[in-house]
Amino acid sequence: MIELSGLTKRYGEKVAVNNLTCAVRPGIVTGFLGPNGAGKSTTMRMMLGLDRPTAGDVRIDGQHYDRLKEPLRYIGALLDAKAMHGGRSAFNHLLCLAQSNGIPKSRVHEVLDTVGLTSVAKKKAKGFSLGMGQRLGIAGALLGDPRILMFDEPVNGLDPEGIHWIRNLMKSLAAQGRTVFVSSHLMSEMALTADHLIVIGQGRLLADTSMADFIAQNSRSYVRIRTPQRERLLDVLHGAGVLVVESGSGVLEVDGDKSEHIGELAAQHQIVLHELSPQRASLEEAFMQLTAESVEYHAHTDTPPGPLEQSERFEQPGPRWGDDWTRS
Amino acid sequence: MAATQVIRSEWTKIRSVASTVWTLSLAVVVTIALGMLISALSRNEFDNMSRDDRLSFDPTFISFAGMSLGQLAMIVFGVLVVSNEYSTGMIRTSLAAVPQRGTFLFSKIAVATGLALAVGLATSFVTFFLGQAMLGSHKASIGDTGVLRAVIGGGLYMTLIAVFSMGVATMLRSPMLSLGILMPFFFLISNILGNVSATKKIGRYLPDQAGSKIMQVVTPIDDDTPYGPWGGFAIMALWALAALAGGYLLLKKRDA
Repeated sequence: MIELSGLTKRYGEKVAVNNLTCAVRPGIVTGFLGPNGAGKSTTMRMMLGLDRPTAGDVRIDGQHYDRLKEPLRYIGALLDAKAMHGGRSAFNHLLCLAQSNGIPKSRVHEVLDTVGLTSVAKKKAKGFSLGMGQRLGIAGALLGDPRILMFDEPVNGLDPEGIHWIRNLMKSLAAQGRTVFVSSHLMSEMALTADHLIVIGQGRLLADTSMADFIAQNSRSYVRIRTPQRERLLDVLHGAGVLVVESGSGVLEVDGDKSEHIGELAAQHQIVLHELSPQRASLEEAFMQLTAESVEYHAHTDTPPGPLEQSERFEQPGPRWGDDWTRS
Repeated sequence: MAATQVIRSEWTKIRSVASTVWTLSLAVVVTIALGMLISALSRNEFDNMSRDDRLSFDPTFISFAGMSLGQLAMIVFGVLVVSNEYSTGMIRTSLAAVPQRGTFLFSKIAVATGLALAVGLATSFVTFFLGQAMLGSHKASIGDTGVLRAVIGGGLYMTLIAVFSMGVATMLRSPMLSLGILMPFFFLISNILGNVSATKKIGRYLPDQAGSKIMQVVTPIDDDTPYGPWGGFAIMALWALAALAGGYLLLKKRDA
């Protein structure tokens, strides 16, 4: 259990983390989501006692990080893959960490095996690819067999095979009852791994909710309707108590999964429909809306918003968001 | 957190990087080779020296002449031991493993100091004996008054140079900045300050000039230095302590 209370970090005038209060619970994967520059890494560094909070504090199982004896046995963290001396071999890198926390040498061999680096254990870390460096960092996090694991953007820059490996690792760690806290700026990544979501933007807490609730609330389903007899359909739907929104270019939208109901109503009143299609807004879109005001670095496009952009919003080629949700 | 665990860990760190081997080897080789060379030259020059120079001829001190260059390698050793952590990003991993920053810093410094002392003492003894061999008939003997103190002092001097550099590197973090300040300081500025009469009185309180007094056996004529060999060594030790204290205070309050 990690508890943040009123956690704040200021760099001069700039507020990186603003009065953050939340808890990370055991047994599940908690996703820590926010756009680039939202304060995720700063928060994680404060959790590990590397940066001093301007105000508020962090407690690990009720204790401050620097009060922990042998902290690697409580928390294992992967902050960034290159936080190691490139001239040292993988084995010696892990050995010096193990020794500082009274962890036996045999454990070093074990974690090297877990991450699949045994064959390159004697090689210098500077010759490692990004994926191997990430694996070595994860080996360091696993070293003390900790109850809490923390990964900062673990899949950044990895190839599909590496991403797959990390996802499975995080799930299996949580399944063993550990606390897994993982940051990302990609909603799609979180959707695949996290059970709980903490969303921040410009250092402020925007959402602290279970993944299931977030999906239910944010992946809005609606029915899209086009008809040449717009006024009549509006009257009919109004009469039936169905709430309709006009979304431009003669397109009507009705919230919820009501396509059958609307189709039957139209048939009864002999209204011609050109389109009647159930739609689902993507979670990525929901995330972008949630953090829209807090995104620090906006990319500006030169084209002014027009009807074209409106219709584009709903046309998503390829697999939809909902398809990915069916997780085991 | 047991300090012994952290010390073992720091020992693994220091022995598993190449820079330890090459900086220390360089310090040993340069100190000994240059010491032998200057000893050999001094022996040939002895007959051409003035009476005063002959009276203040100090064969022990001359055999340590190589330290003026060898200490630069010792500075690089001290700087790299600390600043490697910062330049590689290892510091975040290290402090996450050992959040008690005092324990972390002083274990690291204890290990590096121990190693520097072992290498320094060995270098000092070898330099002395090989230097004396080069001096031929003008040589000093280890049994002479003050000579053993000077030889042990040579090892201590090299150690303190490394410790002072570690303290400075802890404060500055960047290896380039630390070396950019320490190298010219010890190689040029200290010498200039010590040899210009206007600044001589200040110059002799600088760490290297005060510390090197411990390697002198024969006091030069008209020497008015207000401290003895151990006094000079104490001045140097104070500099090293001040650098360590500054490094500790900054490490303690800074974000890693």
